[in-house]
Amino acid sequence: MTVLEFAAPVLEWRALAPILLVLAAGCLGILLEAVLPHHLRFVAQMSLVLASVVLSLAFLVINWFRGISGVLAMGSITLDGPAYFLWGALLVFGALAFMVFSERRVNGGVTAFAASAAAVPGSVEEAESARAGREHTEVFPLGLFALGGMMVFLAASDLITLFVALEVFSLPLYLMCAMARRRRLLSQEAALKYFLLGAFSSGFFLMGIALLYVYSGSFDLAAIHDAVTASVFGEGLLIAGLALLGVGLLFKIGAVPFHSWTPDVYMGAPTPVTGFMAICTKLAAVGALLRVFYVALDGERWTWQPLLAIIAVLTMVVGITAALTQTDIKRLLAYSSIAHAGFILTAVVGASQIVPAGQATSAASIMFYLAAYGFATIGAFALVTMVRNPAGEENGLAGWAGLARKNPAVAGLMALFMLSFAGIPLTGGFIGKWAVFTAAWRGGYWWLVIVAALASLVGAWFYLRVIVVMFGQEPAKGTFVGSASAWTWIPVVIGAVATLWLGMLPDSVMQLATFAGTFLR
Amino acid sequence: MTFPWLTFLGLLPLVAGLLLLLPMGRGAARTLGFAASIATLALGIAVVWMHATGVTLAEQLPWIRAFGTWWALDLDGMGAAMVLLTVVLVPLVLLAEWDLPGARWSAQAYFALVLILEGLAIFVFTATDLLLFYLFFEATLIPVYFLMIGFGGPQRGRAAVKFLIFSLAGGLIMLASVVGLYAVSASAGQPSYLVADLATLDLSGDVGRWLMAGLLVAFVVKAPMVPVHTWLPDAAEQSTPGTATLLVGVLDKIGTFGMIRFCLTLFPEASQWVAPFMTWFAVLSILWGALGALASRNLMRLVAYTSVSHFGFMILGIYSFTTTSLSGSMFYMLNHGFSTAALFLAAGYLIKRRGTADIAAYGGVQKVAPVAAGVLLLAGLSALSQPGMSTFVSEFMVLSGSWTRNPIVTLVALLGVVLGAAYVLRLYRITMTGPLTTDAGAAFTGRDLTGLERWIMVPIIGILLVLGFVPAPAVALVEPTAVTTLQHLGMTDPAPVVEGVAR
Repeated sequence: MTVLEFAAPVLEWRALAPILLVLAAGCLGILLEAVLPHHLRFVAQMSLVLASVVLSLAFLVINWFRGISGVLAMGSITLDGPAYFLWGALLVFGALAFMVFSERRVNGGVTAFAASAAAVPGSVEEAESARAGREHTEVFPLGLFALGGMMVFLAASDLITLFVALEVFSLPLYLMCAMARRRRLLSQEAALKYFLLGAFSSGFFLMGIALLYVYSGSFDLAAIHDAVTASVFGEGLLIAGLALLGVGLLFKIGAVPFHSWTPDVYMGAPTPVTGFMAICTKLAAVGALLRVFYVALDGERWTWQPLLAIIAVLTMVVGITAALTQTDIKRLLAYSSIAHAGFILTAVVGASQIVPAGQATSAASIMFYLAAYGFATIGAFALVTMVRNPAGEENGLAGWAGLARKNPAVAGLMALFMLSFAGIPLTGGFIGKWAVFTAAWRGGYWWLVIVAALASLVGAWFYLRVIVVMFGQEPAKGTFVGSASAWTWIPVVIGAVATLWLGMLPDSVMQLATFAGTFLR
Repeated sequence: MTFPWLTFLGLLPLVAGLLLLLPMGRGAARTLGFAASIATLALGIAVVWMHATGVTLAEQLPWIRAFGTWWALDLDGMGAAMVLLTVVLVPLVLLAEWDLPGARWSAQAYFALVLILEGLAIFVFTATDLLLFYLFFEATLIPVYFLMIGFGGPQRGRAAVKFLIFSLAGGLIMLASVVGLYAVSASAGQPSYLVADLATLDLSGDVGRWLMAGLLVAFVVKAPMVPVHTWLPDAAEQSTPGTATLLVGVLDKIGTFGMIRFCLTLFPEASQWVAPFMTWFAVLSILWGALGALASRNLMRLVAYTSVSHFGFMILGIYSFTTTSLSGSMFYMLNHGFSTAALFLAAGYLIKRRGTADIAAYGGVQKVAPVAAGVLLLAGLSALSQPGMSTFVSEFMVLSGSWTRNPIVTLVALLGVVLGAAYVLRLYRITMTGPLTTDAGAAFTGRDLTGLERWIMVPIIGILLVLGFVPAPAVALVEPTAVTTLQHLGMTDPAPVVEGVAR
């Protein structure tokens, strides 16, 4: 009989520094919230967040150049090419999103977050705290926890870590969704919806983990891979586990039929948070999906490829058809994000991971796509915060009519992001789309490429509708473009420059993605 | 490395156009824009001259290494003809649209968009990498779309969307083919999108046919072939004459250009397979376009339908696979650009005075505005391929070449020549001859073409006449492309049926 011994965990501090920094800064932020007086909190939190993300990014880059990689933290985290690339992307997009969190000028001197989230909407306390000009700065540490959780999620190499990370990033997001300063009931409804459905999908996820454990006797992704390739027993367990785990992951990605939370949550959440979720959550979930399916379940690809192909088709078709009739810009972008999940899934299905050196794997194509999609998403949501009516943000598409006359720069930049979403050449969206389509075709799924091309055509219609509304219609009364500070403009400008850069000179980023395109098993 | 002339040629108008998007005075913007177009004209002529004298213009730099795509530009005979057409037409269009009466957006925006379009079009005609070509091919849609929604008739929004959806539909089907070609190229070893590398792949059989069909769909939408031509009359009707000139005169040529450079060169077997369908659809286009022109009650729609008919001739020439017909088609592409420009701009002059494009609203105009009538007549004669006009030479080359390959088809196509005379003369009879109507009299009396308007037409009609009498240089320019394309196809000209008489 063996004696259970407690072994002190071995941690590779340097390699894990990017994650540890972000999570530690989150903890520090909570402390600051407790000890600092009101008027200092905002500046302190904001500086802490940006400093920690930048520092974390610096560590990541240094580690990359030192060539540090491998399975870390006693087999729970794998630091490989995709992890590096996606961590970098997460940190960059996180930093840009947190900048939009810090915007106060466009909102009349306060942030977009509830003055006192605990006060009942419409109550005396709420009015009082609003009058006092209070601000909730907890959103910053919450954001850091979410970001840290996402980083662990996409690098987790065992299923338990994967699940813990899922909860670490989901719980702060539920809270952040409920924090809108205006239209608070809508915001709280969104948070509740997200929480209930998220908890439900976590249940599926956990059940999937359990079944896979029963099947393989391990939580470790590599061990599951060995079991899949070796074992001939328990195929049913494997397929059921795979499907349930897939449900949990596809829920976070927003793939049909697990997408129904997306439009409501995107609409109700404070717009800066929506921007953060739209790219960072998607990025982390796609990263984890790739890792689970390519590392652990690769041997079972004949089972999941057709299933995912069907889901990809459904996701594209439903996302795009529903987007056609939207009249709210945030809902429209929500359905657009669903459609983009479908385009990403085409390359996941292709699963061409073994290619000659110097050519892009499926993962590399997807990572490039996420980068291109991310810059456009950050920019688009930042612009959404700037279009206003006297009551707050103007999210109705009708209010956006003739925006080009009021502010050609804002309308022009929004048009650029829409063109990128639509995949029109000279924008990053085109190169990304073309990259994922090649990955799908190489995997033998040429029919999926044709479906996706047709879906893009219909998709172009509603992106163009936004452009037509802004450029072709008479200006709407009562809508104006708020004067925003640099905290909104920096992400917008970086998003626009990156969108054009990725569209015209994509080689550097594509080389990076290609170089980082293989998972470590 | 030698100076990258072609990159510079495309960037010059592109950068100028982007600069014009910045706020500046209206007068300064127009002058600057026009100066940029003249500089591009000068540089374009110089570049074509260099090509003709044998200077190597090819450029090749890696663009996206992971996918084997290149920033690769080169000029061949057909590309030179198209570049020449583009750089000549743009300054004339800018002059013709100097004032833009009643436009919703500023003239500055118009100038900027036209210059951006010019730069993109030059890259389309010089790209020798399939993805690069596709990128600029699709990118041209953006400025055209804004030119259409910003300037033109009351229904322009709908026409612009129709144009865009047709073009994007073709373009996205083509994208699937482009992606598929990558897969074939990658499985053959090192992936590359260079046309020269793609041409070495074995693309016969079903795969090749499907991939070719994907490309062809985009090209027949662009070079409007019946039955996917319906966007063109709407687009022409709702845009300004200048926009219509660039759209039909230059951009639609990308369709026929693409057929020759990509479909024929990359897919010899599949192209021969599709040739019977294409020739019959070409004939259908010729007749349908001509009948549509005969039935048009709107000046701009009429010109658009004549183009549908003329594109039919070009496609017939291309898919007849003879040196004469293929050179004829390319020469036709050049001539048609000028001929259509003359027609659209002349129609624009009439519409500007009369305030409507309704043909029935005119009558007897030649009595009060003889110069306008003369210009319309000359433009019309070029459209019906009057001997003496360069269009006659090219149409004759197409028909005589096609005859050697396919007499029956050509015989039916000849009907189009007769109908061409009918629609042009009908137009002239209704608008210019007969008794002067009161309204037309009020609109035209004392308001014949201004000096500027006359001078705009001089180079266009001059080119048509000069090339009509001395077509040899232009034919010599495009013939090498025809010869190499037919070599790729593995086709030789049919032997003459009648042997020469021995002396």
